[in-house]
Parts: sequence; structure tokens; C-alpha cells
Amino acid sequence: MEQNITCINCPVGCRMTVVMSDSGGFLSVSGNTCPRGAAYARQECTLPQRMVTAVISVSGSRIPLSVKTSRPVPKDLIPAVMRELSRVRICVPVHSGQVIIPDILHTGSDIIATRSLT
Amino acid sequence: MIDRNTDILIVGAGPAGLAAAIAARKEHIESVLVIEREKEPGGILRQCIHNGFGLHRFKEELTGPEYAQKDIEQVSELGIPVECSTTVLSVSQDKTVICVSPEKGLQRIRAKAVILAMGCRERPRGALCTPGTRCAGIYSAGTAQRFVNLEGFMPGHRVVILGSGDIGLIMARRMTLQGAKVLACVEIMPYSSGLNRNIVQCLQDYHIPLYLSHTVTDIRGRERLEGITVSEVDEKRRPIPGTEMNFDCDTLLLSCGLIPENELTRGAGIDISAATSGAVVDDMLQTSIPGVFACGNVLHVHDLVDNVSEESFHAGRAAADYVRNGFTGAEYITVCDGEGVRGTVPQRIRIPSDSPVTLSFRPSDVYRSSAVVVDCGGVELFRKKSLIFTPGEMVHIELRPGLLKNLPADSITVRLERN
Amino acid sequence: MTYQADVLVIGAGITGCAVARELSGYKVSVIVLDSAGDIAEGATKANSGIVHAGYDARPGSKKALYNIRGAGMYESLCASLHVPYRRNGALVIALNDTDRTAIESLKARGLENGVKNLDILDHDAVLAMEPNISPEVKCALFVPESAIISPYETAFALADHAAVNGVSFRFGQSVSSVERLPDGSFAARTDTDTYTCRVLVNCSGASGAYIHNQLSGQKLTMVHRRGQYYLLDREAVPAFSRTIFQCPSPMGKGVLVSPTVHGNLLLGPTAEDISDPLDTATTAEGLSDVLRKASLTWPKLSVRTNITNFSGVRAHLTTDDFVVGPCEDCPGLFEAVGIESPGLSSAPAIGLDLSGMIAGYLGLSLKESFLPCPVRPRPFNEMTDAEKAEAVLKDPAYGNIVCRCEVITEAEIRAAVHRPVGARSVDGVKRRTRAGMGRCQGGFCMPRVAEIISAETGIPLDRVTKNGGDSYILSGTVESFLKEETVHD
Repeated sequence: MEQNITCINCPVGCRMTVVMSDSGGFLSVSGNTCPRGAAYARQECTLPQRMVTAVISVSGSRIPLSVKTSRPVPKDLIPAVMRELSRVRICVPVHSGQVIIPDILHTGSDIIATRSLT
Repeated sequence: MIDRNTDILIVGAGPAGLAAAIAARKEHIESVLVIEREKEPGGILRQCIHNGFGLHRFKEELTGPEYAQKDIEQVSELGIPVECSTTVLSVSQDKTVICVSPEKGLQRIRAKAVILAMGCRERPRGALCTPGTRCAGIYSAGTAQRFVNLEGFMPGHRVVILGSGDIGLIMARRMTLQGAKVLACVEIMPYSSGLNRNIVQCLQDYHIPLYLSHTVTDIRGRERLEGITVSEVDEKRRPIPGTEMNFDCDTLLLSCGLIPENELTRGAGIDISAATSGAVVDDMLQTSIPGVFACGNVLHVHDLVDNVSEESFHAGRAAADYVRNGFTGAEYITVCDGEGVRGTVPQRIRIPSDSPVTLSFRPSDVYRSSAVVVDCGGVELFRKKSLIFTPGEMVHIELRPGLLKNLPADSITVRLERN
Repeated sequence: MTYQADVLVIGAGITGCAVARELSGYKVSVIVLDSAGDIAEGATKANSGIVHAGYDARPGSKKALYNIRGAGMYESLCASLHVPYRRNGALVIALNDTDRTAIESLKARGLENGVKNLDILDHDAVLAMEPNISPEVKCALFVPESAIISPYETAFALADHAAVNGVSFRFGQSVSSVERLPDGSFAARTDTDTYTCRVLVNCSGASGAYIHNQLSGQKLTMVHRRGQYYLLDREAVPAFSRTIFQCPSPMGKGVLVSPTVHGNLLLGPTAEDISDPLDTATTAEGLSDVLRKASLTWPKLSVRTNITNFSGVRAHLTTDDFVVGPCEDCPGLFEAVGIESPGLSSAPAIGLDLSGMIAGYLGLSLKESFLPCPVRPRPFNEMTDAEKAEAVLKDPAYGNIVCRCEVITEAEIRAAVHRPVGARSVDGVKRRTRAGMGRCQGGFCMPRVAEIISAETGIPLDRVTKNGGDSYILSGTVESFLKEETVHD
């Protein structure tokens, strides 16, 4: 099984081809220019991960709160993360760096405030 | 009217102004004052809630508000006053600044040096001359970003994005994650000016199609936007009849380029470069008025905030030097744009120079496996190869002090050369 | 609901506002209706802004009569309304020998209409006056009496003046039917309300024939003629200080290049007959047509500094003249129909005439006290430093600059909302204050203008409109969107 992906490490944007086993295991990559590309290709084809940032509403504040995941979460969990964020109930004050949801969806990543609201 | 004096007055408390203030204070200038028109410092970073800032400068990936917070805290620790909700109305040749705020009213501040750090703004619809109706629902991407991230309001449900610059791409993802449907991203050029990372993570992750060599050719809707027509364009960017596609959308976000905001600069009579739309500066980032400096996006539109900070530290140090030593008249060489090069900054370099000079420019096209070359009077001074140069990414090269000695001509040319 | 007034004016464009303002000097109750959400939303906001001297209209026509009289009234009218007026002069240029003949006959016609100070200038004299005109120019008719105004600001001031003298304005009222009742009064119906009146005034622009034909046996046929424009940014040295016309054609006065009273340059209009009078879209063909024709006048033309494009629809009658006065077969109906160019120039004279006729018909007497037009404070960006300092001292909101490009303060935006006929939309604020009129086109200030409108009127922020109706700027809160859980993946 082959998968084509574009490298995001630099502006060259190498078009890489990854060969996967039928069970989804990584076999080989071609088209990359450097080792960083190969590492990205392997990660992206086996367990793609993303940082998630968003704004959520906070009771007592007209201004929304910007938040982020403390580390990347599996890409296919992004919609579920947003659903969790839509349900969270918090109120002012919030300070930058405060944990809003610990270990979201058991990913090991916390949802953290990236600004303060008073 | 309040009359005051200061050593260095900085217009704008975005990343450029804050970095300039920090650098000036570290050079032991006691009287540094930052004027900011918004209610809080931080500039446009306040609304850039996505991550990806600060990798170069802080070796960690921060969101915009977090990056700004680091500078705001340092400015506060250094005891530099930042006067917010204060708008500068004019800067004059003698470095007198008139500004106004609700609390202090009109102020006339005499400065020994002024650093211009007003940032940039987005190209509006008018600049694109797109035909159609003038309905609600058409915003620059940054305006939409402010609505969502700072005000907590969504501009619409079904969105098309015109322009594939990074702000447009970032807003495609933001609108999608916050519950809107992004139908397409449309780019008139045959390539995107955004980062590959953003194309993958903001468009491909959410299956948003990117139409290269396409543009919006009609806008419909009497009150609120109801739909748009997108057409393919030929190599001269003219729409090709018969390629029309219709999108039913209530929102069109424009991400079609940034323009340095130089109203104050023009008002002061400072020379403006047609290539950058920013001030013409020397290697100290000093404008055509001695003692007035410019840095950050008001000088030329950057790609990374880390580079804005770096450039602004330089401006802060240069302004401090000016306050201490005054203007040391000098001879200059001119920096010219050669093939493939647009808007090299600085435009003038003092000679002889005893410190390294950084030249920054944007490629005017995609150049693969090419070299950036600096010539002077037919003599090659500098050559550096790269796998790729793209218009989306600013190129920085550093010229050693020794390079600019005993030059055969009074100008140097920066160009790109394909292998 | 049913509303009753002595006089009902349909249409709050420049003509309707001029009539209402004249009527407000009499002891009479007046209501003005408009289908749009604000004053001046039809042709009044989208025309060339020229007070024509009157050389172009056919001698003896109503267009010629009202143009000459109206143009003569504007300077003092604008002064009393505290709105800009600049007699910048005009040149009608001849680019070939056919044009040269046309220029001669235009001058003769102008003299017959009573236009003063007309002169024909040769090639050198034209270029000495306006160096950016094409060197192809053969000669030009110089019209020193031609002037420029801001049409919508003039209409706002007329409406304010009428309102402080008791006239009421109602918006979003599209008149679907009008009827003359057996007692000689009228009933006008909208989706929501009924209005009854003794005198009906038809100043309804594009709907002029539609209203007229419901009440009169003498049917009118109207053609809707669209004109598209470019509006260019202000430059330190404007390319032209006078209005530059090309030789007129049967479809209109041709494409002009003119400064505006605020220092922008206007290019246009096209002349296209369209079926839908509300179709104010611009088109690729129309805009390129403007550029092609305007560059005949101005070869060095560049739209690099374009701020916006817009179009307006002129109400052209097939009879090719204005209809002004009482309707012959419908007593109590007074009309100003087919008010296309030179309609703006004619509006003050039409307003004066119609109100006089109505006063005679109803036997009205003048009020003992007629309040002057409210004085509006000088724009902040035109004040001296001392005046600015004093203004902020009195009202700190003058210290909050909302629109960066045009330097418009929060105090001025609030004042626009609280004018006698106040702004209720972002565009309403824009046209009253110029906030958002500059080169960034509201990119920075629009969210803040919307907030101020919301704060001053109590309209929730996501119900504030760009321009009335359903032109909402926002679609809901972040919270409401997240609750829908419509994350599309």
C-alpha cells in the first residue's frame, strides 16, 4: 500500500511516497531530500499528530479564552477534542498557562489557557 | 495640551515596538516610551491564537498571545512605560510626535529618536477590483480572526477563502474547528504563498480544496453574501471563460496580501520604497530623517515574528546609539534589486562598515536549486546556494564587514541565479 | 399599524429629503417613507456628485429649468446645512474633430440655458489647466460654474433639518400599493403598515413609475440605467482638480474623471439599461469599460489606488425629461419622477417648487419658528491642535481614534448614531462620518464601529447590519457555533 505526502519541514515541500504493509506498518519512504523528511513521513503515516488551538467561551467574560493542547494529539481525535471543549464550563478569572482540562481524552495532553481573563 | 520630552519614542507596542523598546533600554537609555493605539500591548499577535511562533527566538513553539506575553513581561520588568489607547496623529521632521488618548487628551512629545513600528494591514476588496454586489459577509481574514478570537463572534457559516497566504490558511482551519464549513481556498497564483505546513495542516487535514490559478469573478447577494463565482485564470491572471464554478457561501474571507501601514511615515515626509511600501532605510534601519527608525512589518512585511523581533532589536540599539552619539554623517552605497529579487532592505549601507550587514528580500518567483548572488560593478561579492527560494519566505543573507571594502562601484545588486 | 399624516413623502433620497425639508417650514404633519434602511440608499448614494452648470440639458426642458435653478441654490444651501460644496469648475474635452463641433454646440446650448462664464480653451490652455489630460485633447469647454458636493451627506443634512422641524422618517417601508380613497385622501400600504394622507408625494426614484401608474391614467415608462464607478484613494497631489467630462452621447454624459469633495478621484459611470432597478452589482465588463473610457481622458490612469467600486441606477423616463408637479388626473398627488442626471443638481429647486405647490393645495401657512439645521461639530481631523485638545477635554471619546485611515473618533461615531435621523448600520456610520471610507475599507474599524452602534442603540452585536435588512455582519457567537457541534471533518 502506497501513500503520497508532502513534507512540511521546509519550503522545498518534497513529495514523498511511503510504502506501508497491509497491517498499516511502515516499510519505506522515497522522494525525501533529508532525514527529517523521512522521520516526518513515518510519523505522519503511522500516527499523525497535531497541536490543537481554539477559543472557548467563559462565563463572566465577553471576550473568549484562547486555549491549546500542551502537546500534539492524534489527528483523528481533533473533532472529539473540539466536542470536549464545547462542553467545558469555566468562569473568570483564568490565567495564562492554567490547565482547563487535564489529560484530554486520555491523550496525555492538557488543555491550557494561552491568555489571561479577569 | 500636555508637553513632554523623551529620549526614544516608539510608535506601536506589537512585537516590533516591544523588541525595540527592550533593546533600547538594554543599551541604558533611561527614557524610552512606547505608544500603543489598542487597549493592550501585543499587536496582531493577540489575535493569532495558533501555535508556531518563537521557534527561532525561544526554541519553543508558542501561540501568538504567549509570544507577546514574554515581551510584555520583559518590558514591564525593565520598567518601560507603554501608554495604551493612545493614537499617534503625526510625526514631524523634528521628531515631535502628536498623540491623543481619552485619559491624557492631546500630547506633544519631543523625542530625540523615534522608532516607527506600526505594523501592516491587509489589502481590502477594493484593491482587487472584484466585480459584484457590495453585500455583508466579505471580510479580510484578519478582521474575521479578530471577530472569532478576540470578540467571540463567528462571521458566517459557509466560507470561501480568497488568497492562500498564511492568514487565510490559518483562518480556514480556525473557522472549521469553530464549527463553520469552509468550502474552498482560491489562489490566483499558480503556487501558494503560505507555508507547506499550513497547507497540509489547515487545508488537507480538513479536506478543504485549494484551487491554484483561480480567482473570484463575481459576488452575489443583495444584503448578505449568497454566493460567488470562481474562475480559472490564464498565465496573465485573466479569467478563462467557461471555467466558472459557483459556491453557495455566506462569507468570503480575503487573504490577498499585506501592506505596511505608513500613513505617519508619509506624513513626516520620509522617503518610501515602491518595492516594499515601507520607508527607505540604511543598515541602521534609519529612514531619510536622521533619528527616525523603522522596523517590523511597517518596514517590510515579514514571514516570521521571530525575524520581526530580531530586526527590531537592531533598530532599538541603533536608536540608542543615535541618542548617545547623534547622527554620524556617512558615505553610502545603494542596494539594488536584481533578477528574482523584490524589495531588499536596507536600501542603503554606510561605508566603510565595521559590523555585519543583514540583507532581506522576497523572491519574486519560485527558484529551485538556485543561488543568491551579490555583485558590485561586475565583481561577485557573495554567493549562497539553496534548494529553494519562494515568494512566501523572506531570504536573509549576512554580509561580512570586510566584503564592503574597496568596492569598484557605489552600488551593489542582489539577484537570484538558477543553476 | 396605521399612521396618519397630512403629507406622505415616498422616498428618502435627495429629492424626497429636499421636499420634506421645505415642507417642515409649514404647519403640516409630514412622514417620509423609504424601503431601505437609511436616507439616500438609492441613486443618491451612487452618482457622480456633480452640481452641473446646466449646459447639457435641452433648452426649455424641465431638466434645464430645474438644473439651472437648483445649481444656483446649492452654495448657500450647503453652507446652511454645514456640508461641503466646492465650485471646482469643469472641462468638457474634445478628443477629435467631431467632438470639436459638439463642444461648439454645447457652448451655444449652455448660453441659451443661461449658464454663465462659458469659454472654449485650446489644446495648450487645457493642458496648462489640467496637465494630466490626454495630449490628444483638441480643445475643451471650460465651465467655471460646475461644482462638487457630497450627495448623501447633503441628503442626511436635509433629513436632519426636516426632522428637527417635526418630520418623521420611517425606514424598511416598501410601499406595495397606493390608492386614492373616495374622500380624496390616499392610503399607502407596506408589508407591515398602512399610511393615510391628504397629499402623496412621489419621490420614489426607481419606483417612480410604479407608484404613478397606480394612480394616474397617463402611464409612464421607466428604464433603469445602471452606472458603475471606481473610487480612487486620496493622493498627496490629486491628478485633477476640475471635473473632466467627455463629450456627451445619447446615453448620458459619458465617463468623467472628477475629484470628490473629500479629495478622492471618481471614475465613471457606465450607462447600461437593466431590468432590475435594485441590481447595483458591478460587472467585469462594466468596470473595464470605465477604465477604457477614462483612460482616453487620463492616459496615465492606474487603479493601483482603487478603494472601491460601486454602481447606481438612474430612473430614466422614455419621455427623456423630469416629471415635476401635480398629477393632472389625480388631485393631491405631487410628483418628482424620472429624476436622473441632472437630478442631484435640480433637487433643491424641485423641493422648493413641490412644497410651494403642496402648500397652495392644502392652504398651508408658515410656522412661526423654523429651527435652523443643527450645527455639527467640526470633524476631529480638521481641527487645529488646540481645538483637538479642547475637544478631548470636553469629551474623552474624542481621544479614541476608531478609524485609522480617516482619523475618525468614537465621539463622532456616537454623534452619528444620535443625529436627528441617526445611523443604524455600519454603512450609515460610514457615510455620516467617513469611518471605514479610507484605504483599509474598514478592516480595522468595522468591528469597533459595530460595537459602538450596539452599545449606543442596544442592538445586540450580532444583529448589527452592514446596511439594513438582513445584511448582518455576524452569524452568532463562538459559543453558539460550538454547541452545534458541527465540526466538519
